[in-house]
Amino acid sequence: MTEPRRVSRPTARQRAVAERTQGTILRRRIVNGVMTGVVGLAAVITTLPLLFILFHLAKEGASSIDLSFFTEMPKPVGDPGGRGMANAIVGTLILIAIACGIGLPIGIGAGLYLADYKATKLANVVRFLADVLSGLPSIVIGIFAWQFLVKPIGHFSALAGGVALAAMMIPMVTRTTEEMVRLVPTALREAALALGYSRARTALAVVLRTATAGIVTGVLVAVARIAGETAPLLFTAFGNHFWSVQLGQPIAALPLQIFTYAISPYDEWHRLAWAGALVLIGVVFVISVAARFVTRSKVGAGAGD
Amino acid sequence: MSLPALSPDRKSAPAPATDRRSPERGRGRLEADGLTAYFGASAAIRNVSIPLRDREVTAIIGPSGCGKSTFLRCLNRLHETIPLARAEGKVLFDERDIYAKGVNPIEVRKHIGMVFQKPTPFPTMSIRDNVAAGLRVLKKRPNRSQTDEIVERALTRAALWDEVKDRLKESAVALSGGQQQRVCIARALATDPEVLLLDEPTASLDPISSQKVEELVYELRKDMTIVIVTHNMQQAARVSDTTGFFLLGDLVEAAPTKKIFTTPSDQRTEAYITGRFG
Repeated sequence: MTEPRRVSRPTARQRAVAERTQGTILRRRIVNGVMTGVVGLAAVITTLPLLFILFHLAKEGASSIDLSFFTEMPKPVGDPGGRGMANAIVGTLILIAIACGIGLPIGIGAGLYLADYKATKLANVVRFLADVLSGLPSIVIGIFAWQFLVKPIGHFSALAGGVALAAMMIPMVTRTTEEMVRLVPTALREAALALGYSRARTALAVVLRTATAGIVTGVLVAVARIAGETAPLLFTAFGNHFWSVQLGQPIAALPLQIFTYAISPYDEWHRLAWAGALVLIGVVFVISVAARFVTRSKVGAGAGD
Repeated sequence: MSLPALSPDRKSAPAPATDRRSPERGRGRLEADGLTAYFGASAAIRNVSIPLRDREVTAIIGPSGCGKSTFLRCLNRLHETIPLARAEGKVLFDERDIYAKGVNPIEVRKHIGMVFQKPTPFPTMSIRDNVAAGLRVLKKRPNRSQTDEIVERALTRAALWDEVKDRLKESAVALSGGQQQRVCIARALATDPEVLLLDEPTASLDPISSQKVEELVYELRKDMTIVIVTHNMQQAARVSDTTGFFLLGDLVEAAPTKKIFTTPSDQRTEAYITGRFG
C-alpha cells in the first residue's frame, strides 16, 4: 500500500492493557497445560495398579499353571508329580453359588422394595442399615458367622462360609437393584399400565426387565468382591486340604489356599500361590463373561414371545 | 396425503372401506361427568363435564399446568396410579361408569389406548414385541402367526410398516424419535381399542414426524374415538372436530373446533387463542 492508513497509534495506556492481556492469555495457557497434564497423569495412575498386578501375576503364576493345576490336589512339599488346586477352585465356586443362592433373591427383592416404597419408614431404615452393613469390615462378618453358624454346630462348614459371603453381598445387590430400578423412567411404567398390564406384571415384565442389565453388572461386581474375600472364610469355611464338596464340612477356597501357601516358607508353594491368584482372577472373569452372555441373549431384543 | 386446511367439513370424509371391528367392540363413546381430580388435597381439574363423541377427534388445549394431561389420564384411570392422586365423578364409557364400584381399571385400560408425550418403547423388546406387548394381556391371546398379522396391520396403520418391515427383530430404541412414537401408536392400535388418548404426541418430534402423526390421527378417527392433548393450537385446529379449552383446572369452553377458533363464546378462550396469554 502506498498511502499510509490513517490509524492512530495506540496510547501508552492501550499498550499497557494489551501487554497485560497478552500476559493473562499466556498464564492461562500454562495453567491449562499443567492441569491437563496433572489429571491425565492421575487417569493413567488409576489403571497402573491393575496393569501391574495382571502383569506380575502372569509372570509369576503362569508358569505353574497347566492342566494338572485344575485337576490335581495339593501335595506336600517335595512330593513329585502334578500338583494343583482342584479342591480350592471347586470350593470357591461352591461358596459363590451358596452366597448367590441366598444373597440374590434377598438382595434383589429388598432392592425392588426400596425402589417401590422409597419414602416409607421401613425403607429408610433398611437403606441406612444396608449402607452400614456394606461398610462393615469383612472379618467382623466372619466372626459373626462363626458365633452363630460354626460354634453352635461344632465345626466349620461350607454353608457357614456361604452365609458369611451372602451377608457381604446382600447390601451391595440391594443398593444396585434399587438404583437401577429407580432409573427406569416412570413413563415406561405408565406405558405398560396403560396397555392393561397389572402392577405385578409391570414390575416384572417391564421394570425389572429393563433394569436387568444394570442389576447384572452390580451383581457381578458383588460376586467379584466376595470371590476374593479371605477374612470371612477364616472362621467359617476354614479351608480343606482334601477333596470335599459337602456343604456341612469345611471346604477349600482359593483365597484361603493362596493365603496358606503365600505365608509358607517354600518357594514351590509361593509359585502355586501366584498361580492360584491368577486362577482366582480367571474365575471371576469367566463368571462375568458368562453372566453377561446369558443375560444378553435372554433379555436383549428379539426374545420372541 | 395432504392435510386439509383449517377445520375441514368432516361429514364429507369417506367412510372406512372395511369395518375391521369385532362385533363385541363398543362404539367408544366417552363422557366425563362432574370429573374432579386431586393430587393430595389440591384439585388439578374441577367438575369437568364434556362428551367425547365416538369417531371424532376431540382436542384439549390450554396453557401449561391447566390440567389437560390430568384430564386425559383420568379417562383411562391412569391418574390414580400416582401416589396420593385420586379422581371423583363419573366417566361414562359406552354408558358404563368406569369409576363405578367393581370396575377393574386394568380391564378398562385394555379398551383405551394411550400414547405419551415422549416415545415410550420398551427398551428390552424388539419392534415386533413392542407392538405385540398389549396382546399378551388379552383374554384371548392370539397365536404366533395371528400376532404377526396383527403386528403388520398395526404398523401399517401407524404408517411405519415400510420403514421397519425388514428389522422387526431389532430393538425399538434404535429407531428415530418419530419412528419410536409411531411404534407406540402401533402398540396402542394392536389391541384394536375403541378409544385412543394422545398426550401431546408430537411435542418431542420434529416437524416432519409431527406431520406424519397428525395425518395418522386424521385417518384413525374413522375407526375410533380420539382425544388429543396439545400445546399447539394450529394442530388442534388441523386435526380435531371438537376442541375443549382448559384454564386453571376448569373446562372453560368446549365447542366445534371451527367455532372455538373463529367465534369463541368465552372471553378467556378468545384471549388464549389470539395469543394474549399462555
